[in-house]
Amino acid sequence: MNGTAPGYGIVAEFTTAASVLHAAEKVRDAGFRKWDVFTPFPVHGMDRAMGLKNSRVGWFAFIGGVVGYTTGMLMIWYMNTFDYPIVIGGKPMFSPFSAFPPSYELTILFGAFGSLFGMLFLNRLPRLHHPLLKNKRFSLVTHDRFFVVIECSDPKYSETETRKLLEELGSRHIEVVEE
Amino acid sequence: MKTSPSLAVTVPETPAELQRIPLVANLRGFGWISNRVASLSEDKAPVWWWILFVPSALCLGMLLFMLSYQVSTGVGVWGNRHPTMWAWDIVNFVWWIGIGHAGTLISAILFLLRQRWRTAVNRAAEAMTIFAVMCAGIYPAMHVGRVWYDWWLFPIPNTNSIWPQFRSPLMWDVFAVSTYFTVSVLFWYMGLVPDLAVMRDRAKTRLRQFFYGLFALGWTGSNRHWSNYEKAYLILAGLSTPLVLSVHSIVSLDFSVSQLPGWHTTIFPPYFVAGAVFSGFGMVLTLLIPLRSIFKLEDLITMRHIDLMCKVTLATGSIVGYAYAMEFFIAWYSGNPGERFHFLNRALGPYQWAWIPMISCNVLFPQLFWFRKVRHNLVAVFILSIVVNVGMWFERFVIIVVSLHRDFLPSSWNYYYPTWVDICTYVGTFGLFFTMFLLFIRFLPMIAISEVKGVTPQSDPHHPLGGAKVKEPALI
Repeated sequence: MNGTAPGYGIVAEFTTAASVLHAAEKVRDAGFRKWDVFTPFPVHGMDRAMGLKNSRVGWFAFIGGVVGYTTGMLMIWYMNTFDYPIVIGGKPMFSPFSAFPPSYELTILFGAFGSLFGMLFLNRLPRLHHPLLKNKRFSLVTHDRFFVVIECSDPKYSETETRKLLEELGSRHIEVVEE
Repeated sequence: MKTSPSLAVTVPETPAELQRIPLVANLRGFGWISNRVASLSEDKAPVWWWILFVPSALCLGMLLFMLSYQVSTGVGVWGNRHPTMWAWDIVNFVWWIGIGHAGTLISAILFLLRQRWRTAVNRAAEAMTIFAVMCAGIYPAMHVGRVWYDWWLFPIPNTNSIWPQFRSPLMWDVFAVSTYFTVSVLFWYMGLVPDLAVMRDRAKTRLRQFFYGLFALGWTGSNRHWSNYEKAYLILAGLSTPLVLSVHSIVSLDFSVSQLPGWHTTIFPPYFVAGAVFSGFGMVLTLLIPLRSIFKLEDLITMRHIDLMCKVTLATGSIVGYAYAMEFFIAWYSGNPGERFHFLNRALGPYQWAWIPMISCNVLFPQLFWFRKVRHNLVAVFILSIVVNVGMWFERFVIIVVSLHRDFLPSSWNYYYPTWVDICTYVGTFGLFFTMFLLFIRFLPMIAISEVKGVTPQSDPHHPLGGAKVKEPALI
């Protein structure tokens, strides 16, 4: 490690989608836990290469949708039937049919909130300050480069061994990023 | 992948005419895509931008003036009077909100259908949706007359302790349109996050770093994030699809739940949705054809994109034509004298001048899109895209004004015409729309950078351009 500042992780740069996918498979098989792949766009097959499980965003959207529909139905029943009933055009005080369209819209609205905010919550975003974002070279991740980052706090991390592994996987540029 | 007994087969070379045209022409790389799109909002504003922006902003000013005049004087400054109590305001509301539908169709439905060409056009189309819904929203809010009571439309407790009346389709519409706007903004913003990170990482000035950095939410391109992001995007697309179909259906219920001849039909929801998509694609083409040439985006928005959008326009335009024919058939077949009178009145009555452009612009002229030569002639496509929206405006006019002006009681028949305030307000909404759109192309990436990168061959780790080693013939 150069300098005395505590390292955040070792960053290895790759230039093609295939090389980073291959590297991810090897890093996964080496048994690392605290590591990640950074790409300018979602690379097809990377979730499997990293051994990630199916995302849990769906649950947030589902719960949002259920809450939305229930809110809609209960709200309309409460307002038009319970709290202030008025006869309008001889229509029933409450009908699931006329209450359906607003409840349907609320299902979608709350489901959409669930999926967006669920995604942000699972990703722990917004996080405007991140060690990697301070690194000049790493900013190419939104341009055309791919990076594998293994954190120093990973139990299997070792300055020399990990660097050697990443070199063997074909990375041309490896550096340790400070915390 | 585990090795399984596999069979080596030689796959014959695909004949040239069956090969897919690449979505990004000239094999442009990732960096080129970033540079090309981001530079549009990084370079100094071109002269033409100011030439368009200044009149748009002036029109927006006129809109604000017209709305203040209307609020301070009363709705009487509009041409609406008995029996035509809904007129230009609702015509323009339905017209604008219909235009928005193409954006959601491109971003959500085409995503679910795995139409990868959508990536080049979805950002601009979604922006168009949002701005069109903003223009649309003004009208019902103003039409209630006392805008300061608009909040009564929402289920908020008020001093009269009376609640909104949910048995009316107008209330459903409040929920449909406000949900539509909110979800469109969420979807658009979520798609923008990775591209805002692109802008952040390229930013040269403090100000740009700060704002793009703030709205990029600290996006790093982590694959653990992409995994959740893609799932959320898929779910949002799945939610937006029934949403976009429901919004114009509910707008059409505003009419079809009533008992007026010309409105009271069950064909309205699908017919309105098809018309909305039709007009929306017209507007997308109107906006993107000039931008593509001015910004030199031919490699990203290729002729194939234009061609496909023309085909969608043709298909939806034909559905609209079918609906027109079916309305006439049902008017005759129902044996209802009111219906029969109404439809003859549409075609032959005092508003025939609106019916003829409706039929010709929506049904006849789009048939030219059957010809490949027309679809590949940008001038022709541009003109037809405007024709489509002119036609759709007349359709809304025919449905709303012509149905109302001769109601059940002949003594109350009237001939509606708009006032100067109606016209200036409508022109003003174009000011709002174009001001917003020009600001959008000035400050935000108008093409989804990271999505377009994802449809290039070099993004595929199993493609030779993506770095895959070319092995023996494909394994099945």
